[in-house]
Amino acid sequence: MKYLDEFRDPVAAKALVEQIRRTATQPWTIMEVCGGQTHSIIRNGIDQLLEGAVEFIHGPGCPVCVTPLEMIDRALEIAGREDVIFCSFGDMLRVPGSREDLFSVRARGGDVRVVYSPLDATRIAADNPDKQVVFFGVGFETTAPANAMSVLHAQRLGLTNFSMLVSHVLVPPAMTAILSSPTNRVQGFLAAGHVCTVMGTSEYGPLVEKFGVPIVVTGFEPLDLLEGVRQVVELLEAGTPELRNAYPRAVTAGGNVVAREALADVFAVTDRPWRGIGMIPQSGWTLSPRYADFDAELTFGVGQLTVQESDLCHAGEVLQGLLKPNECPAFGNACTPRTPLGATMVSSEGACAAYYQFRRLSAGAAAPTSAAAGV
Amino acid sequence: MGHGGGGILSEELIENLFLPAFGSSGGPSRDSAVLDTGAGRIALTTDSYVVNPLFFPGGTIGDLAVNGTINDLACSGAQPLALTAGFILEEGLEVDVLGAIAQAMGRAAADAGVPVVTGDTKVVGRGGADGLFINTAGVGVVPDGLRIGPEQARPGDHIIVSGNIGEHGVAIMSVREGIDFGTTVTTDSAPLHRLVAAMLASLTERGEDPNHVHALRDPTRGGLVAAVVEIARTAGVGVELDERAIPVPETVASACGFLGLDPLQVANEGKMVAFVDPAHSAAVLAAMRSRPEGAGAAIIGRAVEEHPGMVVIRTPFGTTRVVERELGEQLPRIC
Repeated sequence: MKYLDEFRDPVAAKALVEQIRRTATQPWTIMEVCGGQTHSIIRNGIDQLLEGAVEFIHGPGCPVCVTPLEMIDRALEIAGREDVIFCSFGDMLRVPGSREDLFSVRARGGDVRVVYSPLDATRIAADNPDKQVVFFGVGFETTAPANAMSVLHAQRLGLTNFSMLVSHVLVPPAMTAILSSPTNRVQGFLAAGHVCTVMGTSEYGPLVEKFGVPIVVTGFEPLDLLEGVRQVVELLEAGTPELRNAYPRAVTAGGNVVAREALADVFAVTDRPWRGIGMIPQSGWTLSPRYADFDAELTFGVGQLTVQESDLCHAGEVLQGLLKPNECPAFGNACTPRTPLGATMVSSEGACAAYYQFRRLSAGAAAPTSAAAGV
Repeated sequence: MGHGGGGILSEELIENLFLPAFGSSGGPSRDSAVLDTGAGRIALTTDSYVVNPLFFPGGTIGDLAVNGTINDLACSGAQPLALTAGFILEEGLEVDVLGAIAQAMGRAAADAGVPVVTGDTKVVGRGGADGLFINTAGVGVVPDGLRIGPEQARPGDHIIVSGNIGEHGVAIMSVREGIDFGTTVTTDSAPLHRLVAAMLASLTERGEDPNHVHALRDPTRGGLVAAVVEIARTAGVGVELDERAIPVPETVASACGFLGLDPLQVANEGKMVAFVDPAHSAAVLAAMRSRPEGAGAAIIGRAVEEHPGMVVIRTPFGTTRVVERELGEQLPRIC
């Protein structure tokens, strides 16, 4: 496929791998921020290609994984109501709340629908004036513009039966939290390419300055990832932390100006708990007071619902790069995609699910040992 | 309502709609069909079809119900003899819609040379079914001595797929989700019993044992991965697939990339996966390619002694990953 095959060329990949291996005088620890990057790294075995030269720590950039448990429970509470059509992206349906998931609500007769775009939800609202239509607005800066657009669209259409359960999270505060942690091991970052397509790159310069780490904006295809790694390793070896853009075909410094204006209008920055990590100040978006009429938390009065995470699940340490998925005592036994303890085992972008799916041949051998040591 | 009550309306539906469609009017009306089997063992299968929508690019639920059941018979090496058809109709289904689907079924059965010989119709109230459900059962004859089955796969086997994968699933998704991919992907729905007959004939015609074809499976729901994993599990062999050798059409790859789905896990309705003795795989492959339904056949991997029950795929970069069946339906990713 044009524009894709060029970035999947095995010969060019081999040359990049050799270059990285020649450059690296020591093993470097690099975090890929985005779950889509994690998926591509594991699926294509990029981590195997660079073993010994680069250790990947899989970052918190999987929206399904970091959506807090209480937000899932709020979704379940709303979706179970008879007057509600609850719309969500597909991979949220299997994420366990404290008691069940959205699939279970649907099996009991709840009207839970998978949509591909939040604008589908506004259409459903227009078609079903006697129902309350709620869209589960999760994700990073990447999914936010379309979600903001659906609110603006609903307002234009004069819809009074559409609302959004918002659980948006932001990348730069999460990177700050990781870098500020006393246990941080990350030496350089592959910044999330599509987040930067929307937001531009200006938020990352201050992180480079403050923490002295190289940050390279990186895409998702194998050659994109290898080029991002090559540049991070080059900067680490030179001892010159910089912000670079290795994904110029999709990212400009200013980002998508129209999208940013819509985001600034519809959303307001708020403190947000991250599943497995905890509260990160100023790390999320909620609907701005101007659009309170579209806020499902207010409409359905579920804002106060809070719950506790499972003690067995170490997703927080995985998301912070302190633990490899297969080093978790629950990996592959108490916790599998069939019986996930945490969301990282649910989404195909989640580090635990990616390890379970693709890495059991190598990771599987390690799992029982860790389990024996940990339990 | 009334067409399922067993009265005159039911009789009219059978006389005027089903019998003309299936080309079997005029014979005596009986509760069961009687078939001649000749020599060999009986193969029997049943499958229910609940696809939504009822019409999709390149097919309908009707021809799917014919081809799917024929293919289940073909997987045991059986030559299909006849099919049954059971219809569950939701009250309010338009007779024209039912007629078009019955006609499509009749045409598919005629094209395959496998008649629909008996059937049943029930009507349920609105909400009791999703428009129309069809169950077909199929009966066929397995020649004496033929023992094709998933348990027969063994290390060393070459794994062949009969052509492009993922087309049926993407065709369904394009209409179900109303997503325009720029070009129309049509279902690959096709009967495969003649393809299997040609594969076996490529061996018997040279005086070789047709049992060199060890295992056959049509990769329907769960796609190529489910078919290969199930054979690997049953036979207790490992499998190594070559990602570059798997025929994925560009349209399917783009659509799946767009939706965050894995084409290897998308349904097919006109493809066969075969585990074949490596000494005979070239002959079997040539026989498959000589038929239109196997023109795109390719060897995509081999069975190995290592990691029994596990399927590993070798990427173009020389790395490997484990492939596993999905828990349920694949879920589109957020981003």
